[in-house]
Amino acid sequence: MHQIELRNVSLEYNSAASLVTALRNVSFGVDASEFLCVVGQSGCGKTTMLNIIAGFLQPTGGEILISGKAVKGKGLDRGIVFQDFAQLFPWRTAQRNVEFGLEMKGLAKQEREEIALRFLKLVNLEKFARAYPHELSGGMQQRVAIARALAYNPAVLLMDEPFAALDALTREEMQLFLVDVWRETRKTVIYVTHNVAEAVYLADRVIVLSPHPGTVKAEVRVALPRPRDILSVEFLDKQKEIVSHIVARK
Amino acid sequence: MRVRSTLGALTSIAVACAVWEGFARSGFVAPALAPSLEAIGAAFVRMVLSGTLLRHTLYTLYRVLFGFVLAGAVGVPIGILMGRFRRVERFFGPLVSVLMPIPSLAWVPVFILWFGLGNAATIALVFYAATFPVIVNTWTGVRSVNRLWIRSAEAMGADERALFHKVVLPGALPFVIAGLRQSFARAWIAVVGGEMIAATSWGLGWVIFDSKEFLRTDVMMASLAAIGMIGLAFERLVFGTFERRTVGRWGMVKAVRG
Repeated sequence: MHQIELRNVSLEYNSAASLVTALRNVSFGVDASEFLCVVGQSGCGKTTMLNIIAGFLQPTGGEILISGKAVKGKGLDRGIVFQDFAQLFPWRTAQRNVEFGLEMKGLAKQEREEIALRFLKLVNLEKFARAYPHELSGGMQQRVAIARALAYNPAVLLMDEPFAALDALTREEMQLFLVDVWRETRKTVIYVTHNVAEAVYLADRVIVLSPHPGTVKAEVRVALPRPRDILSVEFLDKQKEIVSHIVARK
Repeated sequence: MRVRSTLGALTSIAVACAVWEGFARSGFVAPALAPSLEAIGAAFVRMVLSGTLLRHTLYTLYRVLFGFVLAGAVGVPIGILMGRFRRVERFFGPLVSVLMPIPSLAWVPVFILWFGLGNAATIALVFYAATFPVIVNTWTGVRSVNRLWIRSAEAMGADERALFHKVVLPGALPFVIAGLRQSFARAWIAVVGGEMIAATSWGLGWVIFDSKEFLRTDVMMASLAAIGMIGLAFERLVFGTFERRTVGRWGMVKAVRG
């Protein structure tokens, strides 16, 4: 059984001119501890799809199952990290940001602090527990956001281009770091990106979405050993393979 | 930083005083009507020593703070509810639009008839003047709360109550503070105006108005100076400090150096 499964998920909405189909019959499953990347051109509906999985949007068709059970709406079984650094609460220190989900779960103060510090340590920011977000760099803020989304122990971690707003060097560093965190926590991850190299670097499996309407076009398994050599022939071949799916005509 | 900003404030006040002194000595108006700094200072010291200035100030402060706190206690919740719930917005929106532009002083006769001369009428006036800026700014603040904060909080299981206390309120705080600042300024305008008409025998507004009868321009100017000093003190000590320790500390607004 898949940890999380999308079955024929569709989303239609009325625009001023006509009925728009943003997603049509998107189906795939993700196994426990699997790292899945979803790639596609902008406008292919990948962020919409992630928002449906997160429960911010209701699909007009199909369903989402977590551990075999259909889920509706938002829930603590999914953690989410956005692209924008502004997702952190500026009025809370790094530690108090990480504590937020635990507070909502009703955990006692001492337990919250313990867990928050453990996850800040996981993202190498235990020294910055008392810093406010604006005192941290973009990469550090995204690490806090990852710690925050992991701290309340969701079954699935959803990531919407979390490193897209970072400079190239920091982005590479963060990709390395994310693989470490993922190997340590063994989380199931659904990671949306438009960056094919990033997808090949991170994923066990890559799903290619094609636009208008958003549908699953291809599925590519990436079985390269980690850490991956981004200059190896196999790595570049995988990239080519995925790009060919993206640019191929219907 | 502290020293430099104090120096800056002193410089701007010194320049303003020099301009006044130039005006007073220019002979443009009779010296009795435009007293020199020295005469104003003497009146100020006299009033301080006799204790009347303190008493006038305390009366005025009592009215301002009473009305202002009431305005905050009413205005902030209304503003938050307006920003959060369409129905509340539809109910209060038109009311605010109608009532806000009416100058508070236009209500003085009505309030005197309702409450009689004295504290109650003045406090009602201050409350009226101070409430609307708080409502409008808080309302705007809630609407401009970053949607990502709301989404993040909801994803982490925040219910409407938690969202309210832990996200919307702190998220709107820069606007709430701006509203309170504006409202405090309007409260002062209202209290001085109100005291001129509705107060019986104490209050800075009253003393300014009363001095006119005796041509005591020095007392007038000394009282005006007292109002200015209290305003400065509140701006620096209350609003400035609060802003520095909250939204400034959190990087939500660029802190005013001071």
